[in-house]
Amino acid sequence: MAGPPLDDFIVAAAAALDLPLQREWQAAVKANLEVTLKHAATVAEFALPDAAEPAPVFKA
Amino acid sequence: MEQDLSWASAAQIARSVATGETTALNTVDDAFARIEEHNPTLNAFTAITVERARARAKAVDAARDKMSLPLAGAPFAVKNLNDIEGLATVAGSKINRAHPPAKKDSPLIERLEAAGAVLVGALNMGEYAYDFTGENIHDGPSRNPHDVTRMTGGSSGGSGAAVAGGLVPLALGSDTNGSIRVPASLCGIFGLKPTYGRLTRAGSFPFVVSLDHLGQLARSTRDLALSYDAMQGFDADDAACVNRAVEPTSALLERGIGDLRIAVAGDYFRKGASPQALGALDHVAKALGATTAIEIPQAARARAAAYVITATEGAALHLDRLRKQANDFDPAVRDRLLAGAMVPSTFVVKAQIFRRWYRERVLDLFKQCDAILAPATPCSAPEIGQQTFTLDGVELPVRPNMGLYTQPISFIGLPVVAVPVSLKPLPIGVQIITAPWREDIALRIAYALERMGAAAAPRPTL
Repeated sequence: MAGPPLDDFIVAAAAALDLPLQREWQAAVKANLEVTLKHAATVAEFALPDAAEPAPVFKA
Repeated sequence: MEQDLSWASAAQIARSVATGETTALNTVDDAFARIEEHNPTLNAFTAITVERARARAKAVDAARDKMSLPLAGAPFAVKNLNDIEGLATVAGSKINRAHPPAKKDSPLIERLEAAGAVLVGALNMGEYAYDFTGENIHDGPSRNPHDVTRMTGGSSGGSGAAVAGGLVPLALGSDTNGSIRVPASLCGIFGLKPTYGRLTRAGSFPFVVSLDHLGQLARSTRDLALSYDAMQGFDADDAACVNRAVEPTSALLERGIGDLRIAVAGDYFRKGASPQALGALDHVAKALGATTAIEIPQAARARAAAYVITATEGAALHLDRLRKQANDFDPAVRDRLLAGAMVPSTFVVKAQIFRRWYRERVLDLFKQCDAILAPATPCSAPEIGQQTFTLDGVELPVRPNMGLYTQPISFIGLPVVAVPVSLKPLPIGVQIITAPWREDIALRIAYALERMGAAAAPRPTL
């Protein structure tokens, strides 16, 4: 998800989420989103069983 | 009454107050004098609380049994995301300055004051705690007492500057991904991030509730232990606070390391570390006789998952403010939060699933060892304003990457004590990581290192 499709996604997501997105902010938002999506892909590619459950209320 | 209190620990102050060698009022006035002298340089404080502090100090001095107050007369300050009665809880932001003043102190402030400590003010921090630098666009950067051109680290930057600069012996911070351990490392002081759910977060402004911890910074392990013992205890007002008996640690410090099994994190935790970070780690490991290397499995993925959860939960918290007041954020924070709001939820769920898997694997490691050593930060303090640094040959932005070694640990809520190693010209920290609820072990090891002279908070020249 890099390049123009990500720019399009950002514009569409900002509209869908009712978020302001000034043109001069977009490059920084894109850079941050690229990094976050890269991290997300690293996590998502790690195979875990279907039965694995999330820890939304975490207890140590 | 003419003692030099400028570098005294909270424990030393309490002893002096209890024995009548000094008074709480004297220690508090002394702290305000130091703040007046050095805060214009360090920019650690955003508010001071003179009237209430002097009143509180007089009450401590009037107490019949000061020996029963383990922190009698010890001045302390709090990261400005903690509620202080009568002040808006700004959390490093411009936006929150419009909030009404807090109606009461946070429970941790109440508990420290019940132990005799005296609140003297609120401390600078990175906006909404989304920061590892200690810089703040609204209040200016907190400055590292060891070199005021350098970062304190963040987001508890004011806490690091105030304690390392000798303004107060004790400060509260918060740690979502490393925000106590990073400034402790860069400022050369001790920091405790307890187990997730141990200390109540009620009365504090959140960032990422599934990762947020409160804890403290000090110049000695004993001060960490005394204040930690005073702050423990269940609080139903924090949904994550675990109903667990208070487990005092101060009396256990002298036990030493005995036959504790101490391992050293390898692989991920050595990759990218500067010679200073590795030198400090090896120095501490050698002092402890720790020779066993251990691999924390999938630590890089853990850090990645923490990154995703932080970006998205943080964005959810601030969504309405982003819509209505986007121009009032620090642009660097705003742009990260806007990006976080756009991350598909499928990735967040994946990160939470991975989190549980990772927790099980890491907890298994504590069958083989009682504590794991790791670097606290990849390098010592960068220059204020420095945007990038080079780790393992790769140029990376400073702001999100100072937490490389702290994020995989707080991600699963493990307790950590960060200990300072007095390298020249700048100190750097090492993490002592233990199993959940075993803060006592981490504190014992930190105390042993202090006794050996292998860990110490260096005194800066200001």
